[in-house]
Amino acid sequence: MSYLRLLAAFFRVSLRGELAYRVNFFVQLFQSALDLGMSLGGLAVVFSFTDTLGGWRPDEVLALVGVYFLVGGIIGLMIQPGMEEFIESVRDGTLDFTLTKPEDAQLLVTIRRVDIWKLIDILMGVIVLGAALARLGGSIGLGEAAVFILMLVAGGFIIYSFWLILATLSFWFVRVENILVIFQSMYEAGRWPISLYPGWLRYGLTFVVPVAFAVTLPAEALTSRLSGWTLLGAVALAAVLLVISRGFWRLGLRRYSGASA
Amino acid sequence: MKGLAELYIQQFRTTLAMMLQYRASLLIWMIGHVLEPLVYLIVWSVVAGTGGGSVGDYAKRDFAAYFIVLMLVNHVTYTWIMYEFEYRIRHGSLSFALLRPVHPIHSDIADNVSSKVITLPFMVAVAGVLALVFRPALSPEPWAIGLFVPALLLAFLVRFLLEWTLAQAAFWTTRVSAINQTYFVLLLFLSGQIAPITLMPHPVRVLAQILPFRAMVGFPVELLLGRLTLSEALTGLGIQAAWVIIGLVLLRVAWRAGVRVYTAVGA
Repeated sequence: MSYLRLLAAFFRVSLRGELAYRVNFFVQLFQSALDLGMSLGGLAVVFSFTDTLGGWRPDEVLALVGVYFLVGGIIGLMIQPGMEEFIESVRDGTLDFTLTKPEDAQLLVTIRRVDIWKLIDILMGVIVLGAALARLGGSIGLGEAAVFILMLVAGGFIIYSFWLILATLSFWFVRVENILVIFQSMYEAGRWPISLYPGWLRYGLTFVVPVAFAVTLPAEALTSRLSGWTLLGAVALAAVLLVISRGFWRLGLRRYSGASA
Repeated sequence: MKGLAELYIQQFRTTLAMMLQYRASLLIWMIGHVLEPLVYLIVWSVVAGTGGGSVGDYAKRDFAAYFIVLMLVNHVTYTWIMYEFEYRIRHGSLSFALLRPVHPIHSDIADNVSSKVITLPFMVAVAGVLALVFRPALSPEPWAIGLFVPALLLAFLVRFLLEWTLAQAAFWTTRVSAINQTYFVLLLFLSGQIAPITLMPHPVRVLAQILPFRAMVGFPVELLLGRLTLSEALTGLGIQAAWVIIGLVLLRVAWRAGVRVYTAVGA
């Protein structure tokens, strides 16, 4: 419970900090809208030549784009800013201050930075998703919604563990921020159904960089493509990865000697 | 002229040594350059597959050829100057460049070319692997190959000059990321990176005729694919040459006005 209170406190701090730069809101709104426009424009061009894309109907791909923005927003809001700052703090030694605090250090580096403007992406994703679902017809039952949320949470934890493992590498290799660029490039591929891609790329986007778990599988849950086994597997993988990334974090921490001291 | 040539050779040597230090970073940045055209290659192949084998006058293997060549052309012509310039102005490091007796664009060109000398072999290797996987249909006429070389060179110049000019926006505003992103979305749709321009809806095709983006990427690709007649190809080269001249003029105007408002933050 105290974790949630901490999270709320960090949220308030960054909200206050950002409200000093109100124009940023409009800049971010403009950029997010542009990004969404790009996605929708691409879809419009492709679907002017076909009715289905690898078995996905236009409104189903629209739902996928909604999930893509929603999850991208969550990563940008909660995961990415903290991890970037953490990598930076290993390099310049300010991680010392985090380690001396009484709360768990992994938790602190995870939640201490939030980029509140990414809420715009989340909101846009939800709106697109809602519009897509409305157009698909009210076939979404309570069960599917629950599976979707569960899949979203599992995917979120998988992505989080993945980022934590990459960021933890900075204890050994000081310059790892470029590795995160790989994630950004690969995440772009999630705008389209992963089932389109040839096997090697599909495996890469599932197990090397887990874009599939974060974007495709939640969208599949909503369009009734997901089997119970996949869901179970995703939840199990999320749990395993959380444990592994925690172990890796502690291993890395033992190597940390503090650059500033 | 001789002085400038010597300057390029020296600058080229230093930046090549510098870029070689960042080999890993360069490779990582290339992943995006490979993945984006690859995604559209796959998407359009699937569309062609479900639509009886082709979309418009592009069959599956034509799309493969289009996007693999596009990947290479885009890589040869891209610049990162719009990010770089913002950094220079925000941190005041432009001041050092201003103290030198030559225009800063020369060292930027040398930077760009030397980074590509390092990365291009990898890109060509990737293109080779993709060619083995997707079996592109590419059999250009000899004259098309001959004209492709100047077309690629002009495409690089058009893109470099216009992006260098646009980068000057950082003199007037600190919020260039919105400008940059607008530019990149336009580039994506109007240069042929999402789909060949000929497959785009009518308004996009008209815009692509007026704006310079096709001259930066799409035109050399279509030329090598044998999609253009000889007269279309020559017209295209003329349009590219015109954009080079327009770019030079705009660059001069923007640079003169920009340096005047530059306040050298942090210096």
